[in-house]
Amino acid sequence: MHKIGWLRVPLVATYAFLYIPIAVLVVMSFNASKNPFTWTGFSTKWYSALFDNELIRQGFINTMIVAVGATIFATILGTLLAIGVARYFRSAVVEAYSLAPAIIPDLVLAIGLLAFFALVGVTLSLFSVLLAHVVFGMAFVSAVVIARIGQTDSSLEEASRDLGASATTTFFRITLPSLAPGIIAGALLVFTLSLDEFVVAYFTNGPATPTLPIVIYSMVRFGVTPEINALAALLLLVSFTIVISAQRITRLTDAV
Amino acid sequence: MTLETRLLTISGVSKAYGEVIALDDVSFEIKQNEFFALLGPSGCGKTTLLRSIAGFEDPDAGAITILGSESPTPINLLSLPPNKRPVNLMFQSYALFPHMNVRKNIMYGLQREGLSKDEIAQRVEEVLVTTGLTDKASVRPAQLSGGQRQRVALARAIVNRPPLLLLGEPLSALDRKVRAEMQIELKRLQHEVGITFVVVTHDQEEAMSMADRIAVMHEGRVQQIADPVTLYAQPANVFVADFIGSGSLLHGVAGQGSFSAYGSTFHCHNPDQIAGSAVLVLRPEEVRITGAEPAENPLMVGSIIETHFYGGSSSTTVRVPGVENPIVASHPGAPLYTVGDQVGLSWNPQSAVLLQVQP
Repeated sequence: MHKIGWLRVPLVATYAFLYIPIAVLVVMSFNASKNPFTWTGFSTKWYSALFDNELIRQGFINTMIVAVGATIFATILGTLLAIGVARYFRSAVVEAYSLAPAIIPDLVLAIGLLAFFALVGVTLSLFSVLLAHVVFGMAFVSAVVIARIGQTDSSLEEASRDLGASATTTFFRITLPSLAPGIIAGALLVFTLSLDEFVVAYFTNGPATPTLPIVIYSMVRFGVTPEINALAALLLLVSFTIVISAQRITRLTDAV
Repeated sequence: MTLETRLLTISGVSKAYGEVIALDDVSFEIKQNEFFALLGPSGCGKTTLLRSIAGFEDPDAGAITILGSESPTPINLLSLPPNKRPVNLMFQSYALFPHMNVRKNIMYGLQREGLSKDEIAQRVEEVLVTTGLTDKASVRPAQLSGGQRQRVALARAIVNRPPLLLLGEPLSALDRKVRAEMQIELKRLQHEVGITFVVVTHDQEEAMSMADRIAVMHEGRVQQIADPVTLYAQPANVFVADFIGSGSLLHGVAGQGSFSAYGSTFHCHNPDQIAGSAVLVLRPEEVRITGAEPAENPLMVGSIIETHFYGGSSSTTVRVPGVENPIVASHPGAPLYTVGDQVGLSWNPQSAVLLQVQP
């Protein structure tokens, strides 16, 4: 190990490059000055300003509606999609189609969805954003769950049937619990992706219900304020909490 | 075989996967309280048959019936879904539920039967004692050794007290020492719980040491059904003779009380009046090694190419000029000759089995 010590240099450099901007952002969110680039003293006033800002509060509520709704629907549909694809199609093509929304560029997906919503006459609103997020969220969930199915002993379900369980009991008592780590990981992935998703939301949203990333975008156009730093720091906290709890849950439920 | 002792009846069962025929008109019966083995090389159809009995394969033709405990009329198994069949299967992979501890794994089948809590608890405790798993009851399968997992799988399968327990390659995942222990264990458990066992295996030693009767399968057909001693001593055909036990097969032509091969004619026992192309089966313990001199009256003469000493016994491999396969002889004690020695081979004409080669 000692001989390759110099390999730590790019490692440290990469981490520094990645985390210094984030650290600066978090530190500056506690800056008393209105100027976001000069430190004058510690203050939490930007956090209180944040909570007083009606636009941000509404954006946050909108984002939570979309993220929670998209997570619920994408998790249910994505799990069923994964089980269906893994069990009934031994075809790489079918699997690839089910994963496509996660891979094709956001812009293409956004424009496609916008055109589709216009075609079928869906009014652009939070609901259309939610639908759009379900589309790509489902693909992420099914990708994770398909991988999980691949690691699971396929005779578990047969064993359950053999021991006298009906198909329904087997699904709820054996199939779902054995896929739980994958399903939870997929759900949290969708939640964090939906939380800060901009491109698709921007295209498929109506003007009256901006989500948080859109609100931030419109604020940043007039310059970065310490308020934005505070908001970003809070979002970071939410994402970290979710990712860490996801890993803990996965480890707890993962017996293999 | 009387009607009461006949538990499972398989008649005319066939199954094909496209061009591949997995089961070809298989028929036999399994008796109550029997330890029955389905033995054959991989791809012989034994697992397909087991899965057909359990309900995970649907035969194209034939019937499988089991004698129920309540009524004297046999139950048609093929009309029932797997969860309604009075059989349990122990999977090769054990298929233990990873998100449940040992006790919950064992309880699963009893809960499906809708038994009372007290009865479930009592039966789980009993089976935990029988399989020696009492101190592992609240441990998850991932923390158990291979032998312990096998016990859990067995406990889970027998706790429902099925009249018939199917075991798919039960010991193949275990190392040699544990496997020997579990063979004895399985046999003991079968006596203790009084359940009919059907074991699928490709390991002939395993089948021979555990089973009361063995069905040897090859290419989707049952080649012979017999107890281990009969299978060894009186194989029904060349495949069984070759698959069961070790031994040398001599290819030649049978005549009235004689067998000609490799330019010599041997006196031989031919009770079935076999004629034409035939095989003479020489079991290692029946082949005697003597000196090569004509005075010793050897039936064949060859040179030793290998000797092995196993402690209590030895085996000697002899190459006879003109014979394609070397001939193996085993005898108690240390090897009497060394590699390269010219020796004579002889055997009792009454004990060597002659088999017709099917055209």
